[in-house]
Amino acid sequence: MDGGTTHIERPQVAVNALVELQNAGLNRAGRWLVRGVDLAVPRGHVVTLIGPNGSGKSTTARLALGLAAPSEGRARRAKGLRVGYVPQKLAIDWTLPLTVRRFMSLTRRLPEAAVERALERVGIAALAEAQMRTLSGGEFQRALIARAIALAPDLLVLDEPVQGVDVNGEAALYKMIDEIRRELDCGVLMISHDLHVVMASTDTVICLNGHVCCRGTPDAVSQSPAYRTLFGWRPSGDIALYRHDHHHHDCAGAHEGETQAQDETHA
Amino acid sequence: MLDDFFVRAMVAGIGVALIAGPLGCFIVWRRLAYFGDTLSHAALFGIALAFLLEVNVTLAVMVTSLLVALAMLGLRREGSVSSDAVLGLLSHGALALGLVCLSFLTTVRVDLLGLLFGDILAVSRQDILVIYLLAAAIGVVLWLIWRPLFAATVSRDLAEAEGLRPARTDLVLMVLLAAIIAVAMKIVGVLLITALLIIPATTARRLTGGPEPMAFVAALVGLLAVVGGLFGSLTADTPAGPSIVVAALVLFVVSLSPLGGLMRRRAHTKETG
Repeated sequence: MDGGTTHIERPQVAVNALVELQNAGLNRAGRWLVRGVDLAVPRGHVVTLIGPNGSGKSTTARLALGLAAPSEGRARRAKGLRVGYVPQKLAIDWTLPLTVRRFMSLTRRLPEAAVERALERVGIAALAEAQMRTLSGGEFQRALIARAIALAPDLLVLDEPVQGVDVNGEAALYKMIDEIRRELDCGVLMISHDLHVVMASTDTVICLNGHVCCRGTPDAVSQSPAYRTLFGWRPSGDIALYRHDHHHHDCAGAHEGETQAQDETHA
Repeated sequence: MLDDFFVRAMVAGIGVALIAGPLGCFIVWRRLAYFGDTLSHAALFGIALAFLLEVNVTLAVMVTSLLVALAMLGLRREGSVSSDAVLGLLSHGALALGLVCLSFLTTVRVDLLGLLFGDILAVSRQDILVIYLLAAAIGVVLWLIWRPLFAATVSRDLAEAEGLRPARTDLVLMVLLAAIIAVAMKIVGVLLITALLIIPATTARRLTGGPEPMAFVAALVGLLAVVGGLFGSLTADTPAGPSIVVAALVLFVVSLSPLGGLMRRRAHTKETG
């Protein structure tokens, strides 16, 4: 509530953003899962969250989706926002008879043509009548992605969308998601643990480790010391990670004008 | 036609079975079978209260079932007690409360066997009217919330993220379950309500490949169980309620047999063809 009066520059972002977090944090049983996240996904933009396990990527996505109410700060979504969501985990039990085709119309009835087209784009058109629980890991992810894009959403939220997909398929799916973004002019909030694969199609990268470590274009983030200490260039990543705990969020890349530290200043 | 007690029993049983099947699918999908038992214990408590306070039995059962369902939702949300412990607590708590209440009824003779096993052969025209009105209401509501309820059954997060309201549909499901318990109680009795909900649905699961076909077939299996059970009870002179459940069980066993496999394959080729 008080955020509106103290940050005068915020409303300008808010007008265009499909979803926006302001200094958002989530506390569960006395532990902060993530804290102090500022994030805005405007139409046509791809925002990628990266960070190690337990860094609060999925929690941030849940805050953005409204699946969890922030313990502090604000989460705001545009009115009437149509969301397509690919969750990180989804278990289809034996008791649930569910074909791929029926799964496509899970939250909303879709035209037959839209279903066919989406299945074709992710390369599982032949599996339309297959039971969801008989799909392989990669096929299952493709079905999840197909369902989300078939909704023609304003905002796509993809939590590790290509897990279990083979390397060739991974690149093709990211390329397809980028095409979808252009076609629909939708916003994309993506979670990935690998910056390099998503680099080409990402506008803004936010590097998380319980808080925002740094943000900026993929190039700038991958050059920044904060990113390097978190992910490491060398294999001795765990030592670098340990050091990171003592050394709080700042981003040396900020003076280059490409990455920005915590405070987002839009000219 | 409705002058005959057997015809009345048949009509009432079919009315309940047609709606118990689709609703039972959600119990199977959400793994709520034990929850069904908890609700039926709550129903016993409701019956005892109805006699004690001299109010309508169906209404009292609906209210106690609903209260227990809401208590479960609340305790589960609070998160400090595990789901099965919550169910055990509520189930046996309600049963104990019901038995204690029954002990106060020294003057009224309660037909306990009728309550436990149902009294379908004593169903009146008025009972039939209540059953069909409630079944129709449950059916309409279920049809209205079908897609969001099924979506929330597959994934609560997904449904909520995409703008549906799982908390609200869950609540509606609880109300529907409380209502079906109240009507099914007359047919098969408190002890066997869950059976009427889950056996047709489980049988249907073996024969179908989609949620809507499964709900349809579950209703059909329930109907066959009522017809078969009642005729069986007439010829073999067995109690009607349990006979219906045995008939449902027989249908389930048939679905396990090669005959069931054949039906499944036919359903599958129809889907792919």
